[in-house]
Amino acid sequence: MAASESYPEGLKYHREHDWARIEGEEATMGVTWFAQDSLGELVHFEPPAEGSSTAKDSGYGEVESVKAVSDVIAPLSGEILEVNEKVVDAPETVNEDPYGEGWLVRIRLSDPSEVESLLDVEAYKQHLAEQ
Amino acid sequence: MGQLSLTDSDREEMLAAIGVSSVEELFRDIPAGVRFQRGLDLEPALSEPELVRHLEELAAKNVDTTKELSFLGAGIYDHYVPAVVDAVLQRGEFLTAYTPYQPELSQGVLQAIFEYQTAICELTGMDVSNASGYDGMTVAADACYVAKHATGRSKVVLAETLNPQVRQVVKTYAPGFGLEIVEVGHEGGTIDPAALREAAEDAACVIFQQPNFFGILEDAPQLAAAANDAGALPVAHVDPVSLGVLEAPGNYGCAMAIGEGQGAGNYQSYAGPHYGFLASKSEYVRRLPGRIIGETTDLNGERGYVLTLQTREQHIRREKATSNITTNQTLLALGGLVHLSWLGPQGLRDVGETCLSLGAYAKEQLGLPPAFPDKPTFKEFAVRLSRSAGDVISAARELGVHPGYAIGRDYEGMDDILLIAVTEKRSPADIDRLAHVLAEVRA
Amino acid sequence: MDLIYEKSKPGRRASTLPRYDLPAAEVPEGLRRAEPPRLPELAEPEVVRHFTELSTRNFGIDTGFYPLGSCTMKHNPRVNERVVMLPGFKDLHPHQEEDGAQGALELMWRLQEILKEVAGLDACSLQPAAGSQGELTGLMLMRAYFEDIGEGDQRDTIVTADTAHGTNPASVTMAGYKLEKVATDARGNLDLDDLRSKVNERTAGLMLTNPSTLGLFDEHIEDVAKIFHDAGSLLYYDGANLNAVCGISRPGDMGFDIVHINLHKTFAQPHGGGGPGGGPIVVRERLEPFLPVPAVVKDGDAFRLDHDRPKSIGKVRGFTGPFGVFVRSYAYIRSYGPALKEMSEVAVLNANYLLARLRAAYDLPYDRLCMHEFVLSARSLKREHGVTALDVAKRLMDYGYHPPTIYFPLVVPEALMIEPTETEPKERLDGFIDAMLAIAREAAADPALLLGAPRSQPVSRLDEVKAAKRAVLKYGFEDHPDLAGEVGEARQLEAQKGA
Repeated sequence: MAASESYPEGLKYHREHDWARIEGEEATMGVTWFAQDSLGELVHFEPPAEGSSTAKDSGYGEVESVKAVSDVIAPLSGEILEVNEKVVDAPETVNEDPYGEGWLVRIRLSDPSEVESLLDVEAYKQHLAEQ
Repeated sequence: MGQLSLTDSDREEMLAAIGVSSVEELFRDIPAGVRFQRGLDLEPALSEPELVRHLEELAAKNVDTTKELSFLGAGIYDHYVPAVVDAVLQRGEFLTAYTPYQPELSQGVLQAIFEYQTAICELTGMDVSNASGYDGMTVAADACYVAKHATGRSKVVLAETLNPQVRQVVKTYAPGFGLEIVEVGHEGGTIDPAALREAAEDAACVIFQQPNFFGILEDAPQLAAAANDAGALPVAHVDPVSLGVLEAPGNYGCAMAIGEGQGAGNYQSYAGPHYGFLASKSEYVRRLPGRIIGETTDLNGERGYVLTLQTREQHIRREKATSNITTNQTLLALGGLVHLSWLGPQGLRDVGETCLSLGAYAKEQLGLPPAFPDKPTFKEFAVRLSRSAGDVISAARELGVHPGYAIGRDYEGMDDILLIAVTEKRSPADIDRLAHVLAEVRA
Repeated sequence: MDLIYEKSKPGRRASTLPRYDLPAAEVPEGLRRAEPPRLPELAEPEVVRHFTELSTRNFGIDTGFYPLGSCTMKHNPRVNERVVMLPGFKDLHPHQEEDGAQGALELMWRLQEILKEVAGLDACSLQPAAGSQGELTGLMLMRAYFEDIGEGDQRDTIVTADTAHGTNPASVTMAGYKLEKVATDARGNLDLDDLRSKVNERTAGLMLTNPSTLGLFDEHIEDVAKIFHDAGSLLYYDGANLNAVCGISRPGDMGFDIVHINLHKTFAQPHGGGGPGGGPIVVRERLEPFLPVPAVVKDGDAFRLDHDRPKSIGKVRGFTGPFGVFVRSYAYIRSYGPALKEMSEVAVLNANYLLARLRAAYDLPYDRLCMHEFVLSARSLKREHGVTALDVAKRLMDYGYHPPTIYFPLVVPEALMIEPTETEPKERLDGFIDAMLAIAREAAADPALLLGAPRSQPVSRLDEVKAAKRAVLKYGFEDHPDLAGEVGEARQLEAQKGA
């Protein structure tokens, strides 16, 4: 069951339709409702290795539907602490709950100041409106 | 021209509908500077009877294996192709279809290739097969590409007993793929597992052939173990016809199995078109090149088949695709499936046992010294002659027998070695004749 | 319909094989197969029936009109199937000595000469197995050529059009090059300003289809060639659309240096449900030393294989290429002779006739005369009636036609890419036009007819999401899953087409 459109307050957003939930020195990251809706039902998540690092604005994994494949862009730089195995096993979790159960990775931030360059929810919604 | 249907009045009506006065006008967007100003300098058209006669005359200049008793092999073999293969492959619905982009109109070929994938997995002991590659050479390059991306390593180890043309094709692809090629020499006709283990350090994959190019059975399980020990993917290049009697690569630790499909279902046809097969363990499925067919259901719960996992492929992933392949060898692979269905497991085993027996009989009857003593073989074996193999081939052909392949064409210092292949189509009497002719020409 | 494995019963077999009175031979311990492969076990009648029934669930040119854009689905003359089965061809071993293969070598040499004339270039290799391998071979030639003249490290980029087949960018990566994409202008030509900004001393070459995948001849092709040649770069011609211009405009005369020719498109090799193909390449003289080995050459009255080409890129596949494909294409071309030009003229006439009759009912993104194919769009149908190009395609099946290529090229939304070829009579074209116009009317009056299509085939729309997620890629015997237990949904792929 696909989720209905939403963009929670309190998350930070990246223009490439990714979100980050900042929790002190760490962050949880995923893709937005818009991203999963554009792709359609996900059938595969190619995760990064735990312990590898992400670089802000660069791809750290891939998500696939039957018709498209998309790099997942890291909103923030850091070290991968955990990959969401539930999404690896059942990629459609992202469609069902993109901000909750469908998170993709948890990282330890290497440069917390990067957070300032991300969009808040209003700015991201405006970005979507311009698409 | 029997191909074209438009009458003069058709043309006039169509030009009027388009709103132009001549066919010439349809080409007005082509700049004058690149318009071809003369007629094509080609020979005059031939009517169908003339065309058949012309091609019969060309065909008659060839000495095929119905004219000459042939023991040529070295990768392509004169196995029997059953009549059902011809009958199925000439069905226009298969012959004249394109790639099955519209599954509702293509269930026939889609289901057939799903069955082919099953047959290849059964033969090789693998989990997944693609819908075919171009031939037994290019699938080796494909396997290297898979291994490079699966391991993050760029060194590829090739056994020297791997078909020389396979090695040449891998080397041609290597610069673009960013591969470093290392070859492991043979000792007495086979690869030493310890030498292979050493070469496989930091390698993405190791490719060896079973039976190898000299026809000899390698200690394949030990070679696979050596590769695995080094963290390199073991890739076995196998003869599908052998897999009724020889163990499947998937059952002795290989990550991938590849090979030339020709012996199962295709004529020799001066090397093509044939099919290459490529199968792997399930963990590599997302890196495999080419078409893969999967089972699913329709709106009514009816079972059906579709091209699947297409995000690997060039039309979606474009420059990040696992391969550029699109057109493959579907019809030839279908020939393979039909042939294997005709044989069944017992027939495949019978062909293998017959090849083994004929090989043993031939070694005994010929009485020539083996090029590689004390090595077990399958359907092909190498003998040492008293003079150059090329000379012996010429002399024997004068007597209507092609005795085999001159290995010196590929391996230095082996000019006196002859590689002799027997298939189930060669009888003991044929082998007696070969023995007689080789004696006559003092081989 | 059951799988052949589900019809299998232990103990049955179709094959009869010679039994020679010889002792059984040994296989060393550990190498002998422990468990036999589970191949089908059926007697011959059921083998024949199985594959015959499968064939009735498949659509080919022999079945009906197949206007699949960019695939050139023309009639495949049956005489070609007869001649390819001559024993002198089908039973010829590829290692036969040259004096025993003179007919095969002569046929290949003659085909090379013909392709040189058609392409307007100087040297030919028949070796590549298909168009995409021709592309890769062409890029390898570029690399070898630039290394030879000392520019190998400098030139690392290949330019392709945004309308290109997916094979072009994939080949670029496989050849180790970087990709630069150039835009299409409002008339469907390459955007020259964009092009000029992207071609420089790092450019190895261009890959282009002309006419393009929009079915349009690039009106500035001479300028395009000049831009690349002035930069010291080479031009590669993707011959997928050569059927439009045989004897009318030659790639070599357009300025291209390397051409691949799809024998399974222009020259009537039957496509066999996905292959075989043939992708010979034809090149300018300065690139000849780099062509694959062995070359097929003529010496006096004899023909031979020349392996002595020290600058060659090597081998791209086994032996000298798919010989049976050469036999069919050679026979096909000889049946036309110089009238090949008429083949292209009629292909273009048929396409323009369809375009003229269909343009009122569908969107036409580039309003020009087309070449051998054209691209319509169903975007208005989608906006106004909620039906897509996919729905139009599925509904065409109910009218007895194979659909056009859809969702390609990528620059046209809801694309319908239509290529009738020269071998269709006007009555077939008119029937197709009637169906397309009727479908456009149905889209407005009763869109459910399209959304529920096809209703005429052995299966309705198949669930591609389930196929990808479950990944059932072979028969599982006793463990085979029953997918019908899960309700299917109409989740189909839009990007249906590569090349």
